[in-house]
Amino acid sequence: MKADPRGVLAGTHFLDGDHACCEGALAAGARFASGYPITPSTEVVERFAARVPTVGGTFIQMEDELAASIALQGAVWGGAKAFTVTSGPGFSLMMEHIGYAAMTETPCVFVDVQRGGPSTGLPTLPAQADMMQARWGSHGDYEIIALCPNSPQECFDLTIQAFNFAEAFRVPVMLMMDEVVGHMTEKVVIPPADAIEIVPRRHTRKSHDDYLPYAANGDQVPDMAHAGEGYKFHVTGLTHDERGYPNMTPQAQDQLVRRLQSKIRAAADRISLLEEEALENADVVVVSYGITSRVAQRAIEMARQQGLRVGKLRLISVWPFPERRIRELADKTKAFVVPELNLGQMVREVERAAAGRARILPVPHAGGSVHRPQDILKIIVEASR
Amino acid sequence: MAKGRVSIIVERCKACGFCVEFCPTKVLALSSAFNSKGYHPPHVVAPEKCSGCDLCGMYCPDFAIYGQKVTEAQLGARPEVFHES
Amino acid sequence: MIEVTNPVEPFLRTDRMPHIWCSGCGIGTTVNCFVRALIESKVDPQNLALVSGIGCTGRVAGYVKLDSFHTTHGRAIPFATGLKLANPRLNVVVYSGDGDLSAIGGNHLIHAARRNIDLKVICVNNLIYAMTGGQSAPTTPVHAVTSTSPYGQFEPAFNLPHLVEAAGAVYVARWTTFHVRQLTRSIAEVLQKKGFSFIEVISPCPTLYQRRNKLGDGLVTMKYYKEKSKVRHGAPTSEVGLTLSGEIVVGKFVDRDRPDYQSLLHAQMVESLGERYVEQPEEACSCG
Repeated sequence: MKADPRGVLAGTHFLDGDHACCEGALAAGARFASGYPITPSTEVVERFAARVPTVGGTFIQMEDELAASIALQGAVWGGAKAFTVTSGPGFSLMMEHIGYAAMTETPCVFVDVQRGGPSTGLPTLPAQADMMQARWGSHGDYEIIALCPNSPQECFDLTIQAFNFAEAFRVPVMLMMDEVVGHMTEKVVIPPADAIEIVPRRHTRKSHDDYLPYAANGDQVPDMAHAGEGYKFHVTGLTHDERGYPNMTPQAQDQLVRRLQSKIRAAADRISLLEEEALENADVVVVSYGITSRVAQRAIEMARQQGLRVGKLRLISVWPFPERRIRELADKTKAFVVPELNLGQMVREVERAAAGRARILPVPHAGGSVHRPQDILKIIVEASR
Repeated sequence: MAKGRVSIIVERCKACGFCVEFCPTKVLALSSAFNSKGYHPPHVVAPEKCSGCDLCGMYCPDFAIYGQKVTEAQLGARPEVFHES
Repeated sequence: MIEVTNPVEPFLRTDRMPHIWCSGCGIGTTVNCFVRALIESKVDPQNLALVSGIGCTGRVAGYVKLDSFHTTHGRAIPFATGLKLANPRLNVVVYSGDGDLSAIGGNHLIHAARRNIDLKVICVNNLIYAMTGGQSAPTTPVHAVTSTSPYGQFEPAFNLPHLVEAAGAVYVARWTTFHVRQLTRSIAEVLQKKGFSFIEVISPCPTLYQRRNKLGDGLVTMKYYKEKSKVRHGAPTSEVGLTLSGEIVVGKFVDRDRPDYQSLLHAQMVESLGERYVEQPEEACSCG
């Protein structure tokens, strides 16, 4: 369906990533946000607090991230599209509730504008060190989807994509921004509402008597109902059966947890968003994401000027990890160069998928600034030998 | 003549004794029978004293007993005892 | 399926009976009162949502046939807040235990009371963490023995009515599971009242609290409640603290009116934005 024009600030704007993310949420139909201030994410909800009362929705600043990360889920079950926004320390606090959203299949979006860590770290400076946490931060076996914008324009576009994935798969989606993308100001084009495609809530069409809250449909994603519609359903974080009733047996566990995993993994190709350039005949493939991909682009150009055959693979969707693509490329290329604003996180996934069939050269960075192009170029040159 | 009647769902009962204790007219006592969990459910020992006040029902933590006022037609009806849960 | 004419039955998930609560536990009694209050107050059950946390009382959500949410430990109140704000037509009840609401959930308890979010909180207080095996709670009376205070609790305990009144609750009452009629009436009252309402229900935990402190079984405890409770409506909440085996002050302590969160939000927005303010549609539905 098309976006609701009341939430779409159509036009050409000059916005930073945080502000663009807020506009993306509104365009996607988000009408509830619960937040807690944390640098460098706060502007997203500050803008939402100012915008949403003129669009028709609610913002509430909760007392902590524990509350923010579950209040939004209450709002989802009340019928709204909802999200929250945070950075590293808040993301850590939200982990239990990310797991709750995965377990109860609550469609929602968590935005993490990454900053230097661990702990209080560098509140106003960039890093990309929450990438593994986005995937594994909560306890137990579950799957999430994570997207990584590299510009304010993408902060707008991928926020809409995040909500669409959340609704399509009934899963919490992580939007992994970083401090630079969040605070850099660039041109952002917001199309008119009828040019924006929105995925609506998968609301059941079954009668009160026939509806089973957690029955896997053909695509393993149950249909949803909201409180107040007479379905009288039960939602629990305990291992549950199709009725939503607690069923704490190994059999129920196996069935449920495997479905939670498989509903995402089976659709990995549908979810995969990659930007590819010059991968044919590439001796070296640079795999990057987020702000680092902007620096990597410069390094790749410099390498090509030196006559090197360098391909680019930008991860726009980071989780589920595009292992199949990496495996294909590993057979055709000599080496992968993986620059990241961390001491080696996504590079582990590249290593795992490549399974020894190509060299892997990480370009780690402890965070606090972005790479210099020459730092990445140096490793590309080394990889080409 | 009893103005009330109780219904007892024996399989739900956990023999806490609240209904026996708080019945204002002492209609109930724990029986010597067992349910499948090994509890002694209550039984009616003084049916004519039941007023149908449903205090037993209000107290029961297990939803295992309920009292109701009887209609003219039901006056003198025996207590209902259900054996399923 | 048996044909029982108990009016409480349609509100229970009878396919899950018998429930897990112990013999003599008072939680089931509170549920009886809750359902009777629902019936008495003529609240539309379709519009009622029940949110619980983790613990023995948290299991209430799974046994009532309503839209019910069994959330995470301590976080029923913020979940309920989001639920209510997204669909203000819902009557949202939070049903949870003393540990869940006042320990891990304490921060959320006081902020929701401060904001006067329109939630009806039923706090079953068995003075202990029962589900996990009987550890001490912020409400455990001084000198009581629990598994984490094996030599006797020495920490002062919360006086929950005092805490929530100070935080801003508009309705504060305490009953015990002996006071079935009064509890039913209190619940019926809060279902019709706007604002943050809090009903504390003192309840036996015969298996852990009572047994470890040699206080008898559920029935003995109910008789203690009957004997040692004193009804003092309007008593100053600072004076209603509990002690081990002492007097239990019960009653309706606070019943006042303050504008609830949504009224305040609305008033502020209208004042600041005037024509530009767009009220959230009654149901913020995200469906096609």
